[in-house]
Amino acid sequence: MSYIKKPRIHHPALTRNRLGLTRRDYEGTMSTLCAGCGHDSITAAIIEAFWELEIAPHEVAKTSGIGCSGKTPTYFLKEAHGFNGVHGRMPSITTGAHAANRELVCIGVSGDGDSLSIGMGQFAHVVRRNVDMLYIIENNGVYGLTKGQFSASADVGSTAKRGQVNREHPIDSVLLSLNLGAGFVARSFSGDKEQLVPILKAGLRHRGFALIDVISPCVTFNDHRGSTKSYQYTRDNYNQLVYADFVPPAQEIATSIEVGDARSVRMHDGSHITFRKVPEDYDPTDRDQVYGYIRERQRAGEVATGLLYVEPAPQDATDAVDFHGLQGTVDEPLANYPFEDLCPGADALEKLQKRFR
Amino acid sequence: MVITNGERPAPRINDLAFKIGTVNGTGSASANGLLRRAIFRMGIPVSGKNLFPSNIQGLPTWYEIRANASGHTARTERFDLVVAMNPATYARDVAEVTSGGWVMYDSTWPLPRELNRDDITFLGVPLAKMTVDNFKGSRVRILMKNICYVGALAALLDIDMEIVRGLLKETFAAKAKLLDANYLAIDLGYEYALEHFDCPLPVRLEPMDGNEDSIVIDGNTAAALGCVYAGATVAAWYPITPSTSLVDAFTAFCHQFRKDPETGRNRFAIIQAEDELAAAGMVIGAAWAGARAFTSTSGAGLSLMSEFIGLAYYAEVPSVFFDVQRVGPSTGMPTRTQQGDIQFAAYASHGDTKHIVIFPANPHECFEMAVEAFDLAERFQTPIFVLSDLDIGMNDWVIPKLEWDNSYRPDRGKVLTAEELEAATGPFHRYLDVDGDGIPWRTLPGVHPRGAYLTRGSGHDRYGNYTEDSEPYADVLARVGRKIERAAAHLPAPEIRLREGAEIGLVTIGGCRGAVLEAVDALAERGVEADYMRVRAFPFHPDVEPFLAAHEVNFIIEQNRDGQLRKLLIAETGAKKDALVSIRYFGGYPMSCHHVMDGLASYLDGAAAAAPDGTGPHEAASGALAPAREGATP
Repeated sequence: MSYIKKPRIHHPALTRNRLGLTRRDYEGTMSTLCAGCGHDSITAAIIEAFWELEIAPHEVAKTSGIGCSGKTPTYFLKEAHGFNGVHGRMPSITTGAHAANRELVCIGVSGDGDSLSIGMGQFAHVVRRNVDMLYIIENNGVYGLTKGQFSASADVGSTAKRGQVNREHPIDSVLLSLNLGAGFVARSFSGDKEQLVPILKAGLRHRGFALIDVISPCVTFNDHRGSTKSYQYTRDNYNQLVYADFVPPAQEIATSIEVGDARSVRMHDGSHITFRKVPEDYDPTDRDQVYGYIRERQRAGEVATGLLYVEPAPQDATDAVDFHGLQGTVDEPLANYPFEDLCPGADALEKLQKRFR
Repeated sequence: MVITNGERPAPRINDLAFKIGTVNGTGSASANGLLRRAIFRMGIPVSGKNLFPSNIQGLPTWYEIRANASGHTARTERFDLVVAMNPATYARDVAEVTSGGWVMYDSTWPLPRELNRDDITFLGVPLAKMTVDNFKGSRVRILMKNICYVGALAALLDIDMEIVRGLLKETFAAKAKLLDANYLAIDLGYEYALEHFDCPLPVRLEPMDGNEDSIVIDGNTAAALGCVYAGATVAAWYPITPSTSLVDAFTAFCHQFRKDPETGRNRFAIIQAEDELAAAGMVIGAAWAGARAFTSTSGAGLSLMSEFIGLAYYAEVPSVFFDVQRVGPSTGMPTRTQQGDIQFAAYASHGDTKHIVIFPANPHECFEMAVEAFDLAERFQTPIFVLSDLDIGMNDWVIPKLEWDNSYRPDRGKVLTAEELEAATGPFHRYLDVDGDGIPWRTLPGVHPRGAYLTRGSGHDRYGNYTEDSEPYADVLARVGRKIERAAAHLPAPEIRLREGAEIGLVTIGGCRGAVLEAVDALAERGVEADYMRVRAFPFHPDVEPFLAAHEVNFIIEQNRDGQLRKLLIAETGAKKDALVSIRYFGGYPMSCHHVMDGLASYLDGAAAAAPDGTGPHEAASGALAPAREGATP
């Protein structure tokens, strides 16, 4: 429906958040993706999450690579700076932006081709570096813009639209990022907004790298029988393993009481993630156990979803091991640092040069 | 022992070159540096060139020192004296001494007879024996052997021993034991030479006052210092010889100057990336977010970065790329020098691209151009390439002391502030040429909701919207092209030296400066006057073309196989192809005056028109008739 322009005037009764902004204020331009594309549902969830978190759009930096996923930052937060870079290189651009201005709320949108094939190296290293960002992989198992080639996340045995069978092993971003040390790992489904929005909110508030792999069916090239990334297949084999709620700092006490004996994990900013329902023998803060459990569910043919792993925040904020914690950077964004405090000046140069005599 | 052969050369003061052949990993670098520093402190213009292998331990390495009262310190291949410490290269080292010169060798063992030359003198110093007799432990003995030859050379060349001792004291101030060992070693060598040889040699040194306002520094250190002074806060890089020491130096300076005094935290971020692609992406991301950001690499890394370079060009993101060139193509010779990336940097990445490239000739310009690069990048909103090379970047050069003007403030270019965006009456459009100078205004993320736009490498119109339409696309691309063309006049002007009655022009670039200026003097001595121009930026400054036009023949002197500067001059100026004669040396060592003179030989002989293979004048005089020899031998 790309020929339709979005109306500029909205209904006055639209709900406003504390910044006085409606959900419309968190939208972008009209999507040019196919009708029914999973990515559009994710965009809607992103809009909802930012609105609910009451983040001013211009404080956000939204980045992407190439492919259908790469287009989506245009469709949300029109008042935020965006960077649609080159294929598979969103992580490095985001790393640079975050290095320069640590106050930016960074959200990167990528795809399975963008992150797991051409951008595999950068994906791995942005995890290692623990860049403070929400990293979304819109995972459809297929290359859409080039018309239906398998991607690296396609399962063994899944078929392409024209019948070819994939025999190469898939790369699973959830297992991979668990291995690489990610502190926040989730899998969700574009068709389950109820699950997705709280995870997005928690991911945005997590200090450090947060991965959300969202199964996002490609209605044009990968939604047929034989595909393991179709709406039907995902629904049939969906296992909402973990139910998690995101509880911002202000509501902490009330919600904790409500959830009773649910596990609660504290985040850096004082907010909590409460797990309403987890399997009895599942500890979402135990990396090894989570890894094993997901593998087990996969062998059973299930798509395990939810906020699968989260690393509790250290008690002392100075122990943070996110990018800037590791770098030991000052609190003020480097981009805004006064030049007078960066340049050593003529006297220092004169003194220094004695060393070069 | 002394084996004296041939005739002693006529006395010569403060005009000599010598070379020390050792094995890498034996600690000779500090001994060699000591020699070079002592000569510098004697006030004599001096250069030190480290010819080292791409290896950690065990392969041949050489250090060449040239001292010259007239300031001609480009590399020379005529060595008055060679210290042959590495048996594996004896033959080669002995062969490189000029007739009448000297070889100093370790006479603990006999020198192979076949290495004898009847026109040079062999000076045997039992270095191994001396160190074994006086020091304990193999590591100390190896190190002190180096200091011993420094002592012997001090006696032979008349290097001021007080200065040498002073330098040792400065180096080992906190390590008394080591200082004593070094003192002993230096005296052992010195005394042995005094006792056994006729010291000093007729070719020797004498204090003068040539270095009063000078320092000794390598280009990478100077460039790193420039980055600190320019206010760069984000560096992203991937280790690669010969650029690594630039980031190493930047790191050291940041720790010295950029720690918050209260919290001890860093006013900088240095990111060792997973590869050069990521390094370039980080620089672009950081610059997009408003930091002064740079990367440092060499040719192989630049190849990887070219994808991002195209993005930075088209999306107009200010970014600074240092390319410390080494020998290509491919892995090439990682520890040898070349100017092989000139053409690549000028047009790096696919599609229509053209970049601003600046060419420092020495560490002094590395410092100044580093600062200027950040200003240019932000003023013209485009990637800037600073093309240094291994010789400039890693070798020690004597340069005038660096100066800093405290009134300097970064030129951040056209960046709209929150206040300006708040006060604006109309919408902000990222790529709209509102001032008609080809440079649009930009905004930074996180500043103001009205500044928002989507940066993209895909087709976009002047308003920053995605487009696949012909005119809006062409409109932006043409404007970006105009912007770069117009930048030419604001880039570093060429260095031009005109001489009365000059008929020919010598045109060069970067680190060839010293060799070419020496050639200008050498030509004058032969009664040939030549004008000199060193190109310092691309696109070419408006002063470049008139210089070329003013000479019937210009010799374009550079260090690559294909005459890349010449090609660019042909493509990007109105100069006639036949008026630009190529002189090239691409063997991997720094250019020497004799390469220039050899290239000019046919012109000087008046034989330019009679090329034996009929390739015409521009090839005849180019030295290209013997490329195999040029390329194969240092």
